[in-house]
Amino acid sequence: MTTTPKEKHAMGKGMKRKEDPRFLTGQGNYVDDLVIPGMLSMAIVHSPYPHARIRSIDKTAALAVPGVKAVITGEDLVAASLGWLPTFHGFDKQMVLAVGKALFQHQEVAAVFAETREAAMDAVELVEVDYEPLDPVTSPFDAMKDETILRDDRDDKTNHIYHWESGHRDETDAALGDAEVVINEKVYSPRCHPAPLEPCGCVAQFDAMGRLTFHVTSQAPHVYRTAISLVTGIPEDKIRVVAPDIGGGFGNKVPVYPGYVCAIVGALILKTPVKWIETRTENLTTTGFARDYHMDVTIGAKKDGTVTALKVKTVADHGAFDAAADPTQYPAGMFGIVTGSYDFPVAFTELDAYFTNKAPGGVAYRCSFRVTEASYAIERGMDLLAGELKMDPAELRKKNFVQKDEFPYKSALGFTYDSGDYAGTLDHALNLIGYDELRKEQAEKRARGELMGIGLSTFTEVVGAGPSKHFDILGIKMFDSAEVRIHPTGTGIVRAGTKSQGQGHETTWAQIVAEELGLDPENLLVEEGDTDTAPYGLGTYASRSTPVAGAALALAARRVREKAKKVAAHLLEAAEDDVEWKDYQFSIMGAPEKSVTMKEVAFAAYTNPGEGNEPGLEASLYYDPPNMTFPHGTYIAVVDVDGETGEVKVRRFLAVDDCGTIINPTIVQGQVHGGLTEGFAISFMQEIPYDAQGNNMAPNFMEYLVPTAVESPVWETGHTVTPSPHHPIGAKGVGESPNVGSPAAFVNAVMDALSPLGVKHIDMPLTREKIWQAVRDAQGQKAGD
Amino acid sequence: MTTAEPTDTAETTHRITLKINGRAYKQDVEPRKMLAYAIRDTGLRGTHVGCDSSSCGCCVVVLDGDTPVKSCTMFAVQAEGREITTVEGLGAPGALHPLQQAFWDQHGLQCGYCTPGMLMTSYAMLQHHTDPTDQEVREFLGGNLCRCTGYNNIVKAVQQAAQALRDDQAGKLDTLAAAATGGSQ
Repeated sequence: MTTTPKEKHAMGKGMKRKEDPRFLTGQGNYVDDLVIPGMLSMAIVHSPYPHARIRSIDKTAALAVPGVKAVITGEDLVAASLGWLPTFHGFDKQMVLAVGKALFQHQEVAAVFAETREAAMDAVELVEVDYEPLDPVTSPFDAMKDETILRDDRDDKTNHIYHWESGHRDETDAALGDAEVVINEKVYSPRCHPAPLEPCGCVAQFDAMGRLTFHVTSQAPHVYRTAISLVTGIPEDKIRVVAPDIGGGFGNKVPVYPGYVCAIVGALILKTPVKWIETRTENLTTTGFARDYHMDVTIGAKKDGTVTALKVKTVADHGAFDAAADPTQYPAGMFGIVTGSYDFPVAFTELDAYFTNKAPGGVAYRCSFRVTEASYAIERGMDLLAGELKMDPAELRKKNFVQKDEFPYKSALGFTYDSGDYAGTLDHALNLIGYDELRKEQAEKRARGELMGIGLSTFTEVVGAGPSKHFDILGIKMFDSAEVRIHPTGTGIVRAGTKSQGQGHETTWAQIVAEELGLDPENLLVEEGDTDTAPYGLGTYASRSTPVAGAALALAARRVREKAKKVAAHLLEAAEDDVEWKDYQFSIMGAPEKSVTMKEVAFAAYTNPGEGNEPGLEASLYYDPPNMTFPHGTYIAVVDVDGETGEVKVRRFLAVDDCGTIINPTIVQGQVHGGLTEGFAISFMQEIPYDAQGNNMAPNFMEYLVPTAVESPVWETGHTVTPSPHHPIGAKGVGESPNVGSPAAFVNAVMDALSPLGVKHIDMPLTREKIWQAVRDAQGQKAGD
Repeated sequence: MTTAEPTDTAETTHRITLKINGRAYKQDVEPRKMLAYAIRDTGLRGTHVGCDSSSCGCCVVVLDGDTPVKSCTMFAVQAEGREITTVEGLGAPGALHPLQQAFWDQHGLQCGYCTPGMLMTSYAMLQHHTDPTDQEVREFLGGNLCRCTGYNNIVKAVQQAAQALRDDQAGKLDTLAAAATGGSQ
């Protein structure tokens, strides 16, 4: 049987991943796999105190360890004007190694270079740092009092970093004053960590001509090259950044970390390659955490459930440096999506960020810049409103959805949503899971005193950062790029400014180009991550790859097709205007039997292009999206809660996603499964808490819990397809949606289960102990009534 | 260029022979050196380290054909004389082991960092349990973390491999039966 071109090339085919055989056989090429003769190993000295003056550092004993070549401190770096690095956020800078004061527990204080990893680690123990401990500030609510100013390097003498607001304060207050029903709740999105299984790491190497090759676990290699040039003064053409295979990123591998700067400095001064691979504890205690938003949510509504106003006030804990990985013009990222899927006539949100003695950062952890927090706030809020009105949460949502004929829809907080069918997706999900039967079963169980809960989340994401008028990192606009080269035999090479960390770009990028050109995706080699060869792009995070680079790829392929059409016209001996692209080949309009394939055209482009036609067949393209894309979904969790033990059993979980056009359904489903498991983790077990003394209480995988196969639920998935009208192939991005949408569904389900006891809200993570305590308190209150 | 000067470690290192995937590798190691690093130093880099504390399972290798161990928590000197199987010993591109094939078929991996450990734990399990339930697979993989896949497809992959191995064994028995009975059965 012959395969039709449609079967072979079409997007929407769940082809197996091209990259997998190397991963399956141990042939992956991760940073730690790189070994260079003479390479030194770097290890870092960390502050045991969250806040301490550094009186002195004595390197003598460390330097005496056999094999140790050098120890550098913050003072050394300052002397070479390398003491600070810019944060991607652009509002602040960060110490490379602590100078004068340590500002969070585990802060980098010195770096040791040795012949072996073991010698470097021995020497770390022997660097003698004389600390004078100071009282730490561990809560942003304490920090805002400004009793202790943490950052004495700054002129403003306050712990307040920035105020951001969006919407209409007065109109919102007035509408809330007039509302027939008002709900208000404080909800916390806890500090957590992406924790990819491959820690961060790098290898820095200078060649004889002084050119730096920097292998690094980076989601944005081009931006790294520019940042390294800005920090070190090394001209950008003398820097090559290579991000090889990356063992998961989830936002953690977006920022530039102090260890990278130290490794480069070490390689420069010791004239030897230097490798630095983080330990797990370093990863969890010093690199980009996520969330830590304290949100105060108020919704006004009519008695019939129609929402009239939304107000969300947030206090954000950014730690010791404002190293949040948000675009410069969006200090709180895309938190403005907090109106969610609902048509709020008026809304206002404001956010104040503070320094504390905690690890710095704030990365888009499997989330497009603070959308997880926003989505959680609105989806919890809608359930609280449903509870107040005694309405079914599905009915309340339907009543307030933006309708499918209202797109493009301008939200009260300023985003223009591209497309959606919220009610259609909700109905599909309710039918798939059998919502009415589940509610009946719940009523029966409640009558028996059993705690069963059904939780909904009907979220809207905003991805595809982004349009250059609004989005930049370090001032660099957030466009993306693609380059397509077709070889004479009809195979090709596709290069993009993105960098896969497991998302399967080698496959999906090939599928996009194959679809546009009628070629075999198996024979399109995809390359990313090497700044010497890839076009300049802003990288892979915040679900931006398909919305931005995916568009660039399709358009670059179409540019190749335009060029190919001229050659096809020559081969068909027809005027170019009479040639059309149909059924994956060029044919003469009205005479489909006269046609040539792209493979034939490719050969001719190099052998017989036709007079006046430029030989060769390639194109490159930079894409600046006109708008972001707005995938959406309905998630439904069904849980049983054991009131005696606080244990939650996730009985079912259905995710219906609408991410527009689907390129590879297998990969989309895999992304959804993975994101749901991370959302499950955030909801029930994961947090990086700090105690009042500033100790990080989850510095390893014994304390920072990652779900295993044992507790992870079985996921059910479905989808609806509402293409984005402005994206060349209608794709919207999906990788973040499950992590953004699922926490509210889980928490709403547990709160629904506990609602007969009068429990309204418990902050994540919903540990057994917290649930048990809430049940116990509620029962105590009832007994005391 | 800095060259490694001989350091005074003669008394503190041990010469060991690691038998990995049927080949012998001689190495001088300090007693504290972990097996994971000793394996990686042979050039076989499919064995990954993700946590240094036996929490994540990226470093799982199989000892003596059927015992999974976390090689970041076992000393290299303890592996002297044992048969070690790493992911490189399962199969190669173009000649994948049924487990590797099943992980590929079922999209049981994404970033690939945990994959060698997942494969080796599953391999060891299938030596003992040829027909596991989904719950048994999940419990056996309870020491292997994955941040990308959510495990659903990994469970499917292990089940596919178990079926393939059972079919393979059944096929061999059929062949044996046919040979033994002259094809009369």
